Amino acid sequence: MTIQTPNGFSLDNSGQRIVVDPVTRIEGHLRIEVNIDESNIIRNAVSTGTMWRGLEVILKGRDPRDAWAFTQRICGVCTGTHALTSVRAVEDALAIQIPENANIIRNIMQLTLQVHDHLVHFYHLHALDWVDVVSALSADPRATSELAQSISDWPKSSPGYFRDLQTRLTKFVESGQLGLFRNGYWGHAAYKLPPEANLMAVAHYLEALDFQKEITKIHTVFGGKNPHPNWLVGGVPCPINVSDTGAVGAINIERLNLVKQIIDQSRVFVEQVYLPDLMAIASFYKDWTYGGGLSSMNVMSYGDIPEYANDYSAANLLLPRGAIINGNLNEVHEVDLRDSEEIQEFVSHSWYSYADEDIGLHPWDGVTEPNFELGKNAKGTKTRIDQIDEEAKYSWIKSPRWKGHAMEVGPLARYIIGYAQNNPEFKEPVEKLLTDLDLPVTALFSTLGRTAARGLECVWAAEKLQYFYGRLIDNIRAGDTATANTERWDPSSWPKDVKGVGFTEAPRGALGHWVHIKDTRIENYQAVVPTTWNAGPRDGQGNIGAYEAALLDTPVDNAEQPLEILRTIHSFDPCLACSTHVMSPEGEELADVKVR
Amino acid sequence: MTSPATFYDVFRQQGISRRSFNKFCSLTAASLGLSPAFASEIAHAMETKRRTPVIWLNGLECTCCSESFIRSGHPLVSDVVLSMLSLDYSHVLMAAAGHQAEAALEETRREHAGEYILAVEGNPPLNEDGMFCIVGGRPFIEQLQEMAAGAKAVVAWGSCASNGCVQAAKPNPTQATPIHKVIKDKPIIKVPGCPPIAEVMTGVLTYMLTFDRIPPLDRLGRPKMFYGQRIHDKCYRRPHFDAGQFAEAWDDENSRKGYCLYKMGCRGPTTYNACSTVRWNDGVSFPIQSGHGCIGCSEENFWDNGPFYERLASVHTPLGVESNADKIGVATVGVIGAGIVAHAAASALQRARNPDNAAKTGAGE
Repeated sequence: MTIQTPNGFSLDNSGQRIVVDPVTRIEGHLRIEVNIDESNIIRNAVSTGTMWRGLEVILKGRDPRDAWAFTQRICGVCTGTHALTSVRAVEDALAIQIPENANIIRNIMQLTLQVHDHLVHFYHLHALDWVDVVSALSADPRATSELAQSISDWPKSSPGYFRDLQTRLTKFVESGQLGLFRNGYWGHAAYKLPPEANLMAVAHYLEALDFQKEITKIHTVFGGKNPHPNWLVGGVPCPINVSDTGAVGAINIERLNLVKQIIDQSRVFVEQVYLPDLMAIASFYKDWTYGGGLSSMNVMSYGDIPEYANDYSAANLLLPRGAIINGNLNEVHEVDLRDSEEIQEFVSHSWYSYADEDIGLHPWDGVTEPNFELGKNAKGTKTRIDQIDEEAKYSWIKSPRWKGHAMEVGPLARYIIGYAQNNPEFKEPVEKLLTDLDLPVTALFSTLGRTAARGLECVWAAEKLQYFYGRLIDNIRAGDTATANTERWDPSSWPKDVKGVGFTEAPRGALGHWVHIKDTRIENYQAVVPTTWNAGPRDGQGNIGAYEAALLDTPVDNAEQPLEILRTIHSFDPCLACSTHVMSPEGEELADVKVR
Repeated sequence: MTSPATFYDVFRQQGISRRSFNKFCSLTAASLGLSPAFASEIAHAMETKRRTPVIWLNGLECTCCSESFIRSGHPLVSDVVLSMLSLDYSHVLMAAAGHQAEAALEETRREHAGEYILAVEGNPPLNEDGMFCIVGGRPFIEQLQEMAAGAKAVVAWGSCASNGCVQAAKPNPTQATPIHKVIKDKPIIKVPGCPPIAEVMTGVLTYMLTFDRIPPLDRLGRPKMFYGQRIHDKCYRRPHFDAGQFAEAWDDENSRKGYCLYKMGCRGPTTYNACSTVRWNDGVSFPIQSGHGCIGCSEENFWDNGPFYERLASVHTPLGVESNADKIGVATVGVIGAGIVAHAAASALQRARNPDNAAKTGAGE
């Protein structure tokens, strides 16, 4: 049976059903089901978040100055971005102004995350959807060297280097223990790279694995550790002391030099390895134009990276802010996180109940009551699900909507909005990329567009790291070393009953935290996260979300090896622990599992 | 397929010279805090072993443990996964998905029964028949118990698997449960922390691969070599504690001088971990060195022993209503807190009695 969704897609669940569970190379637990027609084209798609942790109820009654540490544990992949969002929400509620240096250091932390997360996503979570590791065994190392040297100045490109790597890889495969490469879709017809490009990409997979740990040392300098560095309401915890006794226990010239060196190395790696690889790989997949989904229609970004402290208006944010609906790039709408009519969450198809499930709730008014039940057409049992019934409730993720619209968020959304706003920092790299690949602007609205935007943003973020490092040095040179404002540190200085909202652009997209503080304790806490926007199920009207929309109309070459599904889902960089941590009522008694 | 290679064969096959191999063994010995004499024992062990299969499962968690693991600088994680062990299942890194991924579990269970190490990140929720965490359409706890049954040993990565961590903080809505409460018949090595230090994680695994035995554990099941001492015991700011020199407010003169963070809520005095010795991310820093107190992330119930910025002596629970067991827990912390105050007072007393030493300590700031 074919149905039309209000947001313009047609769904037909009559064909063969394919289930991918677990979806791997993501954060958390996700299940995807699709129906393909007789021509192997995806005609129906179902995205199911399969985990729930209930973090926000855990926050109730706690000290709001601690909330960053709890919410940071929502996700250890995009580590730091929830903490930053949380301290901003609490500072908004308590009207706390932070010093300029704190804003700069926070931006450096957030940009470090963007660079690290995008790089790891491309090589370790996404590349194997495009790169055939086994094919690399038959590459000619000399031709690989020529290929590498034709696209980049990166020095590790000699024939000997690739030959050694190929030898190592061959012996690894011959050992019979394939480890993490076991049972991959090697030899799949959808892999299009020549063996030399595969070998180059595998080399860079390993180089990136060794390099990524260097990037995170910036977090370690300012936050003491990574993953999960430390943050502070009112500023940053690391004091600056460049000249006096005790400087060795603070941000001093040695620490700053380390940060500078990592920024320089990161820029080189991103510009000489990541971007050229992205372009090279994309050039072999220009015909694979699928996966656009909502991106050509509805995209949204809250904006981030305030250039100067304490101003969260769009004009002061270096990452763009706004919403585009119905594909009209000529109009970028303002987004108001405080307006109860704009951002709302629905649960018609989520494993929660509302008193009235026809309405959506703004996060400040958010309630969540878990209600795990499978629809009557589901196959299997409660604890052995063979097939989901998407007519009923089918996910631990809610369905957030902006003014009723399903929206896509993430790097592609940010770049489309920046492009629509004629912001040269975003428009020019996009145009150069399209020109270099000889593609029309519409090619952006695709799985590859999502992957390309992430790469461009990684370059952008690395450049901005350098900019903010320079600003930090300038401030210190001018004698400003303040890193924290403690005027309202003491809870006795706080108003009795206040609400606040904080936002960031996480690597995966728009992230908001809404906090209600009453009598110095957290009364209510809600987070609406990027993967909730992208991976959420249908709403009561039947509008489908970004994951489901992006999978439609894609041909699947081999139903047993649905590589194409992984490609498109991975292009969103799923983060399920983020998306499914919403609130539950306290003290609910539910059936226990028997411990055997 | 050829028969599996030994650990050393894999090194050789991958073009690593004997010299490099020996150097690696020496470094491994050093990183484990062993004398150089152990290097030959490590080399011998590696020459006679093939790569041990490791199954890495993910329950309710945030993936910070996997992220920390790939930060390992010595050994490099690329060497770990290519040369030192066979990572046959990992949601985060494995190429396969769906039923091909689940098949890897079955294959390992069948082909390597009693030989593989089960590494668990996160924990199972017991409420809702376990369906707050679903893998392959089934509750995670089923997968966990099936894979534990055939494992040689179980490693509990991080505070989730070891202690429950954040989702098990009050009121623990999903009844998230540390794995030792659902796996009763296997040795479990707890490696707590949120996350654990990268080199501690690879250190624990390489210890087991190298010596073919479980590291000596303390009474809570943690490797003594990394969790045997409190952060406070080896903190480089300890002399300031002993001298009574404390940061009193964020970014004040004393915090800029690197004084002790005890009054800012630091949990170093009650936290057993290697942060102040091994440090983080190739030894770059650790929380206290970067100006923030330890939040005690490797200790059981640390989320409920806050607020984090109240000094230990005045710890109280953040939630209004507590059960008796909770009161006991809080009371225990209170006692520890009182002990800390006494410890601080004793240090100050000693300083007062011996002003010469105190002056020297002070000069070293």
